[in-house]
Amino acid sequence: MFEKIFFLLCLSTALAEQLCRPEASDGYRVRLSIKTALGDEAYVWNDNEMFLFRATLAFAMRNQISGQEFEVSNIIVCDETPRVSFWFVVTSPQNTSQLVDKESVEEAVRKSRNRINSAFLLTDKTLEFIGIPPTLAAPVNPDTPPWLIVFGLVMGAVGAGIIVLLASSVVQKKRKNDEKPDDEEIDEETRVKTVENSAASEGIYNRSFSDDERFTHM
Amino acid sequence: MKLKLPNPGLDNRIPSHGDLEKMEKEEAGDRPKWDNKAQYLLTCVGFCVGLGNVWRFPYLCQSHGGGAFMIPFLILLVLEGIPLLHLEFAIGQRLRKGSVGVWRSINPYLTGVGIASLIVSFLVGMYYNTIMAWIMWYLFNSFQNPLPWSQCPLNANRTGLVEECARSTTVDYFWYRETLNTSADIEESGGLQWWMVLALVSAWTLLYVCCIRGIETTGKAVYITSTLPYVVLTIFLIRGLTLKGSVEGIKFLFTPDVNELMNPATWLDAGAQVFYSFSLAFGGLISFSSYNSIHNNCEQDAVLISIINGCTSVYSATVIYSIIGFRATQKYDDCMGNNIFKLMNAFNYPENTITESNYDQILVQLNQTSPHIIQGLDLQTCDMQFFLSQGVEGTGLAFIVFTEAIIKMPFSPLWAVLFFIMLFCLGLSTMFGNIEGVVVPLQDLRVLPRTWPKEVFCGLTCLISFAFGLIFALRSGNYWLALFDNFAGSIPLLVIGFCEMIAVIYIYGVDRFNEDIEFMIGHKPNIFWQVTWRVVSPVIMIFILVFYFVTQVTKSLTYLVWDQESFPTLEPRPYPSFVYVIIFILAGVPSLAIPAFAFFKFIQKKCCKQKDYSENTVDTISAKIQMIYKNNVLL
Repeated sequence: MFEKIFFLLCLSTALAEQLCRPEASDGYRVRLSIKTALGDEAYVWNDNEMFLFRATLAFAMRNQISGQEFEVSNIIVCDETPRVSFWFVVTSPQNTSQLVDKESVEEAVRKSRNRINSAFLLTDKTLEFIGIPPTLAAPVNPDTPPWLIVFGLVMGAVGAGIIVLLASSVVQKKRKNDEKPDDEEIDEETRVKTVENSAASEGIYNRSFSDDERFTHM
Repeated sequence: MKLKLPNPGLDNRIPSHGDLEKMEKEEAGDRPKWDNKAQYLLTCVGFCVGLGNVWRFPYLCQSHGGGAFMIPFLILLVLEGIPLLHLEFAIGQRLRKGSVGVWRSINPYLTGVGIASLIVSFLVGMYYNTIMAWIMWYLFNSFQNPLPWSQCPLNANRTGLVEECARSTTVDYFWYRETLNTSADIEESGGLQWWMVLALVSAWTLLYVCCIRGIETTGKAVYITSTLPYVVLTIFLIRGLTLKGSVEGIKFLFTPDVNELMNPATWLDAGAQVFYSFSLAFGGLISFSSYNSIHNNCEQDAVLISIINGCTSVYSATVIYSIIGFRATQKYDDCMGNNIFKLMNAFNYPENTITESNYDQILVQLNQTSPHIIQGLDLQTCDMQFFLSQGVEGTGLAFIVFTEAIIKMPFSPLWAVLFFIMLFCLGLSTMFGNIEGVVVPLQDLRVLPRTWPKEVFCGLTCLISFAFGLIFALRSGNYWLALFDNFAGSIPLLVIGFCEMIAVIYIYGVDRFNEDIEFMIGHKPNIFWQVTWRVVSPVIMIFILVFYFVTQVTKSLTYLVWDQESFPTLEPRPYPSFVYVIIFILAGVPSLAIPAFAFFKFIQKKCCKQKDYSENTVDTISAKIQMIYKNNVLL
């Protein structure tokens, strides 16, 4: 009996090894860069971490293919390197010798990528599935471009400034014009007075007259 | 040299010393005045210190031998910059007119010099304000997080990044595509880009609101626009020095290479930089000095402003290169990190076994054991010198290199806003001088009725410049701007500057000039000024002019194109033939205006000789001042 169990175990591991190999058609390579991501707080990669990975992946497969109950044993890992990269394949729970196809695995990983990343405190860049590019986050596109808002504010302020300055200079000019007729009247009176003066006494040299001559030359 | 060309009737055209004293005492005349000395100094400093100090001088310094470049720069500053500056200040303060008025007073045949200054100020103002529009565009776009030039947009079917962006960089893409939407050729004009037109509108209206009443409004504006750049530079210096790799940049900038001093191009570039940096020959400085009181010490001002300009150039070079050093170090680290990653992934080494220090060692080892894998990896050579010398002048510095450095700093929007506000203030204060150099000559020429207020002159100038400046909002606008930058603002200025020196020293007469300065500031200019004004500065100017002209004419004219085929570097392409006509117009018309106007005046005098003798006595300045004096007394 023991030999049977032993034989079955050997067979299953052999089968598993056959199913999982590098460059398997239905498998993916995973690469983790824990030290790059976490620096001093990096954890050591050991068998427990590997178990967590297999469990997370089984969770992802369960989410993808409803009804089928994937177990940790359905995720087979091989070709581990010190880089912390390895190859994995997923077997179907109904038939352990049959692999789940590549597209389903890719879909499953894509859907639950966030959960897988956060389980390991890593990001899309530091937990790489070679062959499954991460879906790019769409850049935020607000309805009104922010620059138009700032532009509107600046133009409003500038426009108000122009109106204020132009209005104040118009007002200033009006005030000047109102003062001018008063000055001209005073001028007229002095001229009239000087004319009268010179008619009365001829001793005083009358500058206003000599200035008048200059004006007429023009 | 006691050479003096005959100049009849000079005394009738200019106010005498007695008249000036009278004007000063009675405060007669309707010429505007500065509120205080600080306004005048800040305006002049603002005019001189511009974008060139930030993005031209650092590049020249680094490419011509670093610390050694200071030697030709300082020598030419003292021999060329300060004398010319003093000359412009003194003549403006003495004759109390804008550029056209000054040269017309010295001799009516010289009106062309003023007109040339007017044309150059107009052309330069046109394209300079377009750069301001670009700066404002970037400033408007800095009020968001993340900054728009930090990420590539996705392509149409959301599978990847836009190809143009992926092949170049995010900052290149934002500059060439989203800002300029540049075409591949100067002949493909494309259409007007509406966002660029809006940016131009904002730049010109902002300039208008500051210049609307001449120095009354600009005098207030310069308190901010001239001082804020220094504050921001200091902030950036402190920030820069705390970043990794900044010292590398500063070392790169100042490492002296004494061999460069043997290269004549170094001296030529230093001379040209000193000349353009001082904004000489635009006419703006003459205008600004004419608003001073008659006994203002213009000698002191000239020396002070020259020192400030020189120090600002060196200071901003330090700041710029500290940030460039940071960026270069970041790029180097990224490049090395990429290579290390590739090696680790290919050979499955655990993390952190390959670092920057043992990278070369391990690479050699691996190359010996498995060269074919190494070849397949496509490792890049990471060269710090290359990153440090990338695109570090002109618009490339501000809009590509510096923006890239900013997105790598924490709190990027803050640094972006600060940087672009600083550039904006630097450019705006220079534009004040340009507008002054256009509006005041227009008023002096009496092209438009005198009763029209200054606001209208200013508004018309801004409107017409904006209308012509729309050419820079086309898709090929960047190429046109480079054209204007190279030709409108270079040779004509040198010609005008040279003519100014000759006019003042040999036509106005250096003896009379010396007496004027003695009257204004109390002592005669000493031997240094005499020698530089009469001999040294004109000779240097001729040298620079001739060499500049020769280098421009001999080299084949090409421009750099952003073409899909040669990403991410710019490809030089020869200009089409119609552009040569435009180049001639840009460089030739202002320079030829000087002899053209002299000829025009000569013809005018010849044919209208009969009306000559009855030149009204009122036309002479003394008579005008007598009239004003008497009017004041009567009133």
